Amino acid sequence: MSVKMQTAIVVNGVTENRAVEPRIHLIDYLRDECGLTGAHAGCEHGVCGACTVRVDGEIVRGCLTLAVQADGRQVDTIEGLSDSGEIADLQKAFHEHNALQCGFCTPGMLMAAQDLLREMPNASREEIREYMSGNYCRCTGYQSIVDAIEEVLQARRKGAAK
Amino acid sequence: MNARAELPVSAPGTKTDTGYIGKSIPRANAKRLLQGRGTYTDDLRFPRLAHIVYFRSPHAHARIVTLDLSKAKKSRGVIAVFDGRAVAEFCTPWVAVLGHLKGIKSAPQHAIAIERACWQGEAVAAIVAETRAQAEDALQLVEAEWEELPVLTDMELALDPATPAIHPDLGDNLCFHRELDVGTVDEVFKNADVVVEETYHFGRHTGVTLEGRSIVADYNPAQHTLTVYQSTQAPHMMQDIFSRHLNIPEANVRVITKDVGGSYGIKVHVYPDEVAAAAISVMLKRPVKFVADRLESFLTDIHAREHRVRARLAASKSGEILAFEIDDLTAIGPYSVYPRTSGIEGNQVVNLTGGPYMHKHYRAKLDVVFTNKNVTCQYRGVGHPIAVAVTEGIVDLAAAKLGMDPAEFRRKNLIPDDAYPYTSASGMKFELLSHHQCLDKLLALMDYPALRAEQTRLREKGVYRGIGLASMIEVTNPSPAFYGVGGARISAQDGATLRLEPTGMVTVMVSVTEQGQGTEAVFAQVAATALGVTMDKVKVVTGDTEVTPYGGGTWASRGAGIGGEAVLQAGKALKSNVLDVAAAMLGVDKGTLDVTANEVYDKLTGATKLPLSEIGRVGYFRPDTLPMNFQSELTVTRHYTPRTYGFTFTNGIQASLLEVDPDTGFVKLLKHWAVEDCGTILNPMLVDEQMRGGIVQGIGGAMLEECIYSADGQMQNGNMADYLVPMSGEMPDMEIAHVQSPTKTSELGAKGAGEAGTAGAPAAVMNAINDALAPFGTRVTAQPFTPEKILRALGKV
Repeated sequence: MSVKMQTAIVVNGVTENRAVEPRIHLIDYLRDECGLTGAHAGCEHGVCGACTVRVDGEIVRGCLTLAVQADGRQVDTIEGLSDSGEIADLQKAFHEHNALQCGFCTPGMLMAAQDLLREMPNASREEIREYMSGNYCRCTGYQSIVDAIEEVLQARRKGAAK
Repeated sequence: MNARAELPVSAPGTKTDTGYIGKSIPRANAKRLLQGRGTYTDDLRFPRLAHIVYFRSPHAHARIVTLDLSKAKKSRGVIAVFDGRAVAEFCTPWVAVLGHLKGIKSAPQHAIAIERACWQGEAVAAIVAETRAQAEDALQLVEAEWEELPVLTDMELALDPATPAIHPDLGDNLCFHRELDVGTVDEVFKNADVVVEETYHFGRHTGVTLEGRSIVADYNPAQHTLTVYQSTQAPHMMQDIFSRHLNIPEANVRVITKDVGGSYGIKVHVYPDEVAAAAISVMLKRPVKFVADRLESFLTDIHAREHRVRARLAASKSGEILAFEIDDLTAIGPYSVYPRTSGIEGNQVVNLTGGPYMHKHYRAKLDVVFTNKNVTCQYRGVGHPIAVAVTEGIVDLAAAKLGMDPAEFRRKNLIPDDAYPYTSASGMKFELLSHHQCLDKLLALMDYPALRAEQTRLREKGVYRGIGLASMIEVTNPSPAFYGVGGARISAQDGATLRLEPTGMVTVMVSVTEQGQGTEAVFAQVAATALGVTMDKVKVVTGDTEVTPYGGGTWASRGAGIGGEAVLQAGKALKSNVLDVAAAMLGVDKGTLDVTANEVYDKLTGATKLPLSEIGRVGYFRPDTLPMNFQSELTVTRHYTPRTYGFTFTNGIQASLLEVDPDTGFVKLLKHWAVEDCGTILNPMLVDEQMRGGIVQGIGGAMLEECIYSADGQMQNGNMADYLVPMSGEMPDMEIAHVQSPTKTSELGAKGAGEAGTAGAPAAVMNAINDALAPFGTRVTAQPFTPEKILRALGKV
């Protein structure tokens, strides 16, 4: 229980001015303070990827990042990426391939997949499997997730070539 | 990349016409999850919501000498603190036994332990605070003094007379014992040409649902009502539990299940900390939330497996399997889990071992024993992964001894496809299975001869590939024989209510729950097909005891087969009622009319007569225009219970291709194939995804996952860094194919598919590893097959 710190964090494009305890993790800040429950706490120590969000464009584990570390930065969550349409093609491919069942890992999975699509536009199937290995999914067995990402990679490459 | 699966629109043998059944339609309810806009139980926020954390036993077995909660109570934000006795004033204990598991015994279990804890992680006190962080702060201030008691962790010692009974009142550590002896086993083994024998070990593992167990309980003292939001597979079962143990009338308890972040059997049981949460809501007269964190999940979510099975097989020199014999020892922790009991997994091993084969002689012995580790209970596959691995492992061993190819040996011994109905040596009744069609399809799919040739070529280069096969049978669509006959208040039937809305839309309310497997999607497909409407007109509601008909929920691969049939029958009945209204409006004979694409049409001319929106408008707003003695019924409910057979068995076969590195012991999974027969396929894409997810879950148990305990009962790896789960980089691509033998016990013809992958994958992988190790003359039989175990088998460490 420590003294709260004043923060100004740009969450999905909107500045949130909030006093938060320094010990509060970014995932809890987003869920409890901002009411953005799309990102989930899964393993709570950086292994499962369910809490993946973006800070200044880089994906981070929301359970290994303190909210105060995001002070003055831009935080993007699944809700923001959904509303901006940034990952609409990815969401559509996940839907059509049924690349999710319970959906608990899905927001983190999509954040990581979008990062892969931006960082490695020419990724092979094996590279997709490797890149996505930081995100745990108990339901799908991963194949449909890899299929969906592979399809979007190909589509975006075609789009870029035009 | 794999193309999405498509099948013919109607399965052969089914009476249901075309429509949406058999089509790979994406799930409508997945869209909210893709935007992070689902509602899992922990996402719920209420005014005055208090948060519970539990003080848990650090010891595997210890008496509570003193428990001082006074400092915790004074901590900032703390609302209340409770020990076991306080909660017991509001909540009665339970004993998990079933009448049809003769002789099963267990001890009374309280929501919060009183006097002593019997496993590390058992809750002994509750702290309730304004925020979870404050509750966790207060947790550090709990002071407890313990007297450590003898700890039993080695199940082999559980029945030793020198080992103290964990529950002295029970007399010993035996929870359940069963023996089965069919035919003349001793004589057959004595005279058999070939006898093989092997012992198999199965590590403890657990479900690792990404969403921890979660509950929000909200008691309203003014009306003595309890509303529970719970991440569960069985809302009506939980309604009954809360009602009886908290003494609240059944109709005053409402259980609502929103989105569930993975269950796989983990969330179909009664957990003491969740019942305690409900009791605490009653005690505090305010809403409370409990969400298990990851450590709590590892220590208190049910574990599964932990079996040691000694197996023998007798065969003739011509390759005929004559007899199986098994001796299964399994440890379940200190309590049988309520209300399904922890005797079922072992019981399934007895029922299912040898199941695909024609032998007439079978003997099985089962001992289910108590230990001071976390409890075990039914988890995806329930006994099947054990029975299939034991059966298929020893079948491969026999084939090797006979010098027969494993595929040919299976072909010779699998029950013929024209032998049904058939009763197995263990007494299981099979309506219709397709082992040989599945085997043939699998061998063609994987190009078995080519893989064998490649394997031989690569061995010359020092590359050790293995090919493993695993045939299996699977329990699905259980009748009341599973739980109800034993006295458990668990529904074997499910129901569906279909309501035509005034605009012509259809609301479908079903008692089976959605856990992500696609329940709601297939129910929408069945409802739309039965009624003659398009998918966009159908809305499915599940997971609310106050809204849906009564039913069992999601478990034992029963949702599609049982719930689907209820939806089909309700859809047909609603269509009949719609046509009654149409016939009255049009003044024509009902028999001349039918419904398609949201409209009533004339069957003779094909001419459109009325849109369903018009039926709705007249039925609800202008019934005055209908004949005086006519009342429309635009809401109907139908139920379905499978009763013809105890279980609607399915079958299938899997194959694994992998490579073992004899220098490091690492196994690279190269490919996995499965052919399964779940009867009528409602949505091929969803069935394939159930298979794939299940296979990887099975591979997890076979290769990676184990709850490791020290000799004094401390779990050593209760986190996701040390407890390994399958991640995408290590998993193979999986090819899935189907044979469809619809069950005639329902009109829909659907059997279950949700557990088949998990049931068969460990056996296929084990056989593939042992096939790869064959040149070294060694085998592995203790799951998980870690690199260390493989190196030990190779004599390298």
